[in-house]
Amino acid sequence: MSDQDDDIILADLDDDELVQQMFDDLYDGLKEEIEESVHILLERGWAPYRILTEALVGGMTIVGKDFRDGILFVPEVLLAANAMKGGMAILKPLLAETGAPRVGKMVIGTVKGDIHDIGKNLVGMMMEGAGFEVVDLGINNAVEKYLEALEAEQPDILGMSALLTTTMPYMKVVIDTLVEQGKRDEYIVLVGGAPLNEEFGKAIGADAYCRDAAVAVETAKDFMARKHNRLAAG
Amino acid sequence: MDPSDDHLTTQGLEAEGRGRLLLIACGALAHEILALKRLNGWDHMDLQCLPAKLHLYPDQITDEVEKSVLAHRHDYDRIFVVYADCGTGGLLQAKCAELGVDMVAGPHCYAFYEGLDSFAAHEDEISAFYLTDFLVRQFDAFVWKPMGLDRHPQLRDMIFGNYTKLVYQAQTDDPALRAKAEDCAARLGLAYEYRFTGYGDLKVSLEIQAARH
Repeated sequence: MSDQDDDIILADLDDDELVQQMFDDLYDGLKEEIEESVHILLERGWAPYRILTEALVGGMTIVGKDFRDGILFVPEVLLAANAMKGGMAILKPLLAETGAPRVGKMVIGTVKGDIHDIGKNLVGMMMEGAGFEVVDLGINNAVEKYLEALEAEQPDILGMSALLTTTMPYMKVVIDTLVEQGKRDEYIVLVGGAPLNEEFGKAIGADAYCRDAAVAVETAKDFMARKHNRLAAG
Repeated sequence: MDPSDDHLTTQGLEAEGRGRLLLIACGALAHEILALKRLNGWDHMDLQCLPAKLHLYPDQITDEVEKSVLAHRHDYDRIFVVYADCGTGGLLQAKCAELGVDMVAGPHCYAFYEGLDSFAAHEDEISAFYLTDFLVRQFDAFVWKPMGLDRHPQLRDMIFGNYTKLVYQAQTDDPALRAKAEDCAARLGLAYEYRFTGYGDLKVSLEIQAARH
């Protein structure tokens, strides 16, 4: 039986209703619907940055909270992320053209010996959604790769991810190398991954451990605000 | 009779309340520990298993092990925790030290089944996904369903795209399990490798504990 009669015509919704519907569609991981809604809002004259922050990031924030509270699980978050990625792909080129505000720049990568990237990818996407420029180094990154990227990209933030107990100590190798080269204070270092915790983050000399993508965004924003305040104070 | 895999996954195994040494173990190791216990006549050893599904929520393992140690420590001369680090990021090791109980060395059961040194020597295996006998039997409960692949098969490459092969670390030589493991690899889109490990360092660890009494 077709439930076509119950289908919502996205173009018939007013702006508020459409944004609410996008929250629902992100929650349900409906990529095509998200892409259609993004196009509708663009046609209605919404700025790309507004669509990104109010609709996509707004929706993913709900997904993130429910993940943290144990209401949603990894598969649902992945579907939601995939839907958001669809919307982001449309908005990204437009964001550059329309001069969207840039909060800061981050280089992010999974450490050497580790191929896990689900969490890293989520963080990267949410950081982009929050206005950060993100340079993603991918998986299995040796210290040299991080250093090259830091030199070339001159980011504000270095993000490192690990899923394995056996690979997480490598974060300290990277941080220690930065210290040896006198570059540690040039970057905000954020670390994350399932087996990590706050104590570990402190012990290896990171600025903060972030338990999930939403926390990573908030932490990054806080550190950027402090950095600006320091610079302003001269 | 050994408990069923489903029971070990969701409920674990209650200790019998007999013996001087209590092993507090992951439910995924129950069959192997019971087999070693029978084989060696370790009657002074009792076994309490936490639900194997904790494997999916490593952040809960340390608290659950602690509760179990505190609940049983007055009933036995000694307790040995049969978990490796298992994704607790060192917290389980720290908690066991605080509680004054020993635990198995190593990062996870894949390492101690194969032997810590042999496992560490596989430098080219960062893209390997491991299954043991228990995990082959419980593949749907531990991998397929929790990862949502039964409902959303399109997630497979998002989750497993960086893996290249599935390594079946066999504790027993069982053709049916081999066939199932090979099928698991095919379902995940990975190459398949069979590796017989037997009980590896698990056996060594338990022999040391058994000999202390």
